[in-house]
Amino acid sequence: MTRHLLNILDLSVGEIDGLLRLASEIYDRPADYRDACRHQILATLFFEPSTRTRLSFESAMLSLGGNVLGFSDAASSSARKGESVADTVAVVSGYADVIAMRHPKEGAPMVAAAHSLVPVINAGDGGHYHPTQTLTDLMTVRREKGRLSGLTVGLCGDLKFGRTVHSLLGALTRYGGMRFVLISPDELRLPEFVRRNCLDATGVPYTESRSLEEVMGELDLLYMTRVQRERFFNEEEYLRLKDSYVLTPEKLRSAKPDMLILHPLPRVNEISTEVDADPRACYFRQAHYGRYVRMALILALLGKEKIEP
Amino acid sequence: MNIDSIRDGYVIDHIAAGKAMRLYQMLGLDGLDCPVAVIKNVPSRKLGRKDILKIDSRVDLDLDVIGYVSPNATVSVIRDGKVTEKRHLAMPQRLVGILTCRNPRCITTTEQGLRQEFVLSADGRTYCCKYCESPA
Ligand SMILES: [Zn+2]
Repeated sequence: MTRHLLNILDLSVGEIDGLLRLASEIYDRPADYRDACRHQILATLFFEPSTRTRLSFESAMLSLGGNVLGFSDAASSSARKGESVADTVAVVSGYADVIAMRHPKEGAPMVAAAHSLVPVINAGDGGHYHPTQTLTDLMTVRREKGRLSGLTVGLCGDLKFGRTVHSLLGALTRYGGMRFVLISPDELRLPEFVRRNCLDATGVPYTESRSLEEVMGELDLLYMTRVQRERFFNEEEYLRLKDSYVLTPEKLRSAKPDMLILHPLPRVNEISTEVDADPRACYFRQAHYGRYVRMALILALLGKEKIEP
Repeated sequence: MNIDSIRDGYVIDHIAAGKAMRLYQMLGLDGLDCPVAVIKNVPSRKLGRKDILKIDSRVDLDLDVIGYVSPNATVSVIRDGKVTEKRHLAMPQRLVGILTCRNPRCITTTEQGLRQEFVLSADGRTYCCKYCESPA
């Protein structure tokens, strides 16, 4: 049966550990893998543009000695002529060995998977899932912290609409000894259903705070997200609140010396550029890890490396 | 039509009070030309009040629709004036082609030929779109 990756929770904790271990091994010894996917093709079907994610996938496949083809937005694809996702994928899966697909509509990769002869990787479907971002986040924590358990994790900013946060929360609650601190303005609090399914159902301890500074000293990990203007009902509220969720060197003064700062990128202004030089800032390294995690995933889905369940 | 004497058809009993009309519409009974009786607010020992539907025809009934609208309903199959089968319903695991996803960002709103499908959530009460997971 062809395996796909649509949702991070499609993977067991054991499989995630296997993928992260493999990704780390590739990171440490990339030359060992540079021909692992020779003569194989990755199709990047991007029905909406996302340069960063697409380049990460293409870099991953090229680093494995494979080839890439695809399109980078719906305007240059047959979708513009009204072709369905099902038909596009039925055709392309005859041209490639693995597909990475991004689509503005939620659930589109599930339709693709049902019509594909080859593995489909969800590279983001609207505000729904983005499992390779979550794998990247997990690899970053594992590499930089040395463990994925016993951590106090601060999630800061837009917890209402931020899909990377929901996905990461779902993945991290499966590890032991985690505690969460949810830092957001009232308008952007974690939605009730996420709170119920991810936190209450698993009994993972969490607290909420409107102030980043008040909780900074407790955190082992700070995951920053963007607070967007269009999420607010009025401009005044936005202007009043936006600075409280911008990370600056002053706010970092009370942080632990080994706290990690993560961000899914692109950032706009939620992390001041002065923070970049701080050794705790690992968002650029995080983006780099994304390449290795995708390499590991491609190898696993193509059956080149066995990942124990 | 004597509503007590269905010859060939169905009696849908123990419908939660107030749900009969919804069921009538969702089962497409308004399109039938056979006798159909809608009986509302009948006193019931078990439910307090209940609704009943009687259909004097061997139509194809979508039991999933009945289970979704009123999971405690029972369906009796009547042949030659006698009950030949009585079925207890439950909330179905899947609803195919019954509900429509209301999430404007869902793939079901644009993909041609894709059937609407809802899946019963772990809470055992809500149905969510198979594709975008929005609650119905
Ligand atoms: Zn939907």
